[in-house]
Amino acid sequence: MKQKKKKSGVKYKVSAGDRMISVVTYVIYSIFAFVCAYPFYYIFINTISSNDLSQRGKVLFWPMELHFNNYQQVMQIPALFSALKISVGRTVIGTALTVVIAAFLGFMFTRETLWKRKLWYRMVAATMYFNAGIIPWFITMRNLHLTNNFWGYILPMAVQPFYIILCKTFVESVPKELQDAAEIDGAGTLRVFFSIIVPVIKPILATVAIFAAVAQWNAFQDTLLLVTDNKLYTLQFTLYQYINQASSLKALVNSTTSSASMAASLAHAQTATSIRMTVTIVVVTPIILVYPFFQRFFTKGIMIGAVKG
Amino acid sequence: MKQFFQNKRKLRGFREFLYILPFLALVAVFSYYPLYGWVYAFFDYKPPFPLSMDQFVGFKWFKSMVDTPVKTIQLLKVLRNTFAMSGLSLLFSWFPMIFAVFLNEIKCVPFKKFVQTVTTLPNFISWVLVYSIAYCLLNSTGVVNSVMMSLGLIDSPQLFLQSSEHVWLKMWVWLTWKNAGWSAIMYIAAITGIDDELNEAARVDGASRMQIIWHITIPSILPTYFVLVMLSLANFLSNGMEQYFVFANAFNKESIEVLDLYVYNLAMGSGGYSLSTAISILKSVVSVLLLCCTNGFSKLVRGEGFI
Repeated sequence: MKQKKKKSGVKYKVSAGDRMISVVTYVIYSIFAFVCAYPFYYIFINTISSNDLSQRGKVLFWPMELHFNNYQQVMQIPALFSALKISVGRTVIGTALTVVIAAFLGFMFTRETLWKRKLWYRMVAATMYFNAGIIPWFITMRNLHLTNNFWGYILPMAVQPFYIILCKTFVESVPKELQDAAEIDGAGTLRVFFSIIVPVIKPILATVAIFAAVAQWNAFQDTLLLVTDNKLYTLQFTLYQYINQASSLKALVNSTTSSASMAASLAHAQTATSIRMTVTIVVVTPIILVYPFFQRFFTKGIMIGAVKG
Repeated sequence: MKQFFQNKRKLRGFREFLYILPFLALVAVFSYYPLYGWVYAFFDYKPPFPLSMDQFVGFKWFKSMVDTPVKTIQLLKVLRNTFAMSGLSLLFSWFPMIFAVFLNEIKCVPFKKFVQTVTTLPNFISWVLVYSIAYCLLNSTGVVNSVMMSLGLIDSPQLFLQSSEHVWLKMWVWLTWKNAGWSAIMYIAAITGIDDELNEAARVDGASRMQIIWHITIPSILPTYFVLVMLSLANFLSNGMEQYFVFANAFNKESIEVLDLYVYNLAMGSGGYSLSTAISILKSVVSVLLLCCTNGFSKLVRGEGFI
């Protein structure tokens, strides 16, 4: 967010009431910040503290009896590793496809030469406002054999009308002369797109990429509806399962525990809760890592949120 | 000669159409073709078999919603939950606005940035993660229970997630935890757009901070607030299912099942594909009507719609 600059050097008298407001706002916003940040911190320090102390609710402010056993154990769960591959795969492939399509269609919809341009544009944009509902969608996906299929994660999310509109608006702000000059030099449509448009619209592509990536990483509903094959489970879905199944979780860990780590002190033995917390941290980490890069794109992103409502 | 160029232009336009054709096909298949599935609402559809004409039942499923008392009661319960959840959000829709207004009053820039960064973060995690965080905080050995026990507020650990009490309120709290900081950004952008001279003039006239907020800041961002309220009215029936799906369990099922979740449970749980499709058709129709109404109302009040 842009910061308002204080232009005038004039000092105004600060009344007692105004100072009161200041103090109260600082206190209240500190509480808000705490409420939003502490849960992440709490879970993190519990994953690296002695599971015994954690289990007794003793780890509240800082890690106690530091150890990384939980992460080592979690990394050995085969199901989790496969879920990680699926999640990363769909995020990378899905994002790349969404961005390329948004850029290309955004550009094509500005081409006056395009046959029936307005019709196609409206056809794509209209899909923002309606939705057939999950059952017809599910049956469609089944008819297309996209259930239990990796492409079921990718193809339905590939064409995103709002990103296309964002790109289109951006392309429209690029001086037309650039394109015309290239065309006079004999460049075809695709050539114009790749050598003129793509380099210029990079900023908007970054915005689209980051929001599309978060959407792919966070997607949960499509796995729930379409996938029964556990090889295709995503991290989000696996996490959901881990939180809901209590008993089998410990068995899962114990079966992967080697004799060496069995010898490790009992205090560090994994519990169902410690596994859940650790997997939570594993799933949330990518979001927190890309988060700082996000913030530059917030203002554009709000529009995305507003339209998707 | 002119003819030649025109033909060339046309040819080029057609070639460009061929470039975008695969993507148009994707839109047709994943957004338009599913609409055909609405016919299932008029058939007695049994999942694995293809449709045949002798399963045609006309408006049977639509009628059954009001004819069969069991279904009617169920549906009314679901509607009550939907209205309660959407109503609560609507009732407290001023919260992000006030959040933004007072955040803007903070003069220490690093603190302000920090608060904004931290409160926006939950918006970017999925509902599954929100649920797992809720689980980690609220389980019998979690921080909430251990703090409350040591303060002597409770004698034994409470299972907050497995309780049927205050479900609507709890859902609202999690929704706000996730979304408030993000929604505030829009208001912060609107506040940044306020002309500084207005504030200066008010201060010269001796206005207190509360007066400036009340007479300048809030009136300037009310249009934004209005649009957002209209949008949430248009989406009154669509709470989405993800949040309620992940938080649902045997204890809170009665008060957590909103329309979107009900449609899902009905189809995937009990195989009621046709009834579920019928309900979602009705929901779509009502939603479109709501959208038209709110858009019309917005045109009437502000002179412009939001579609």
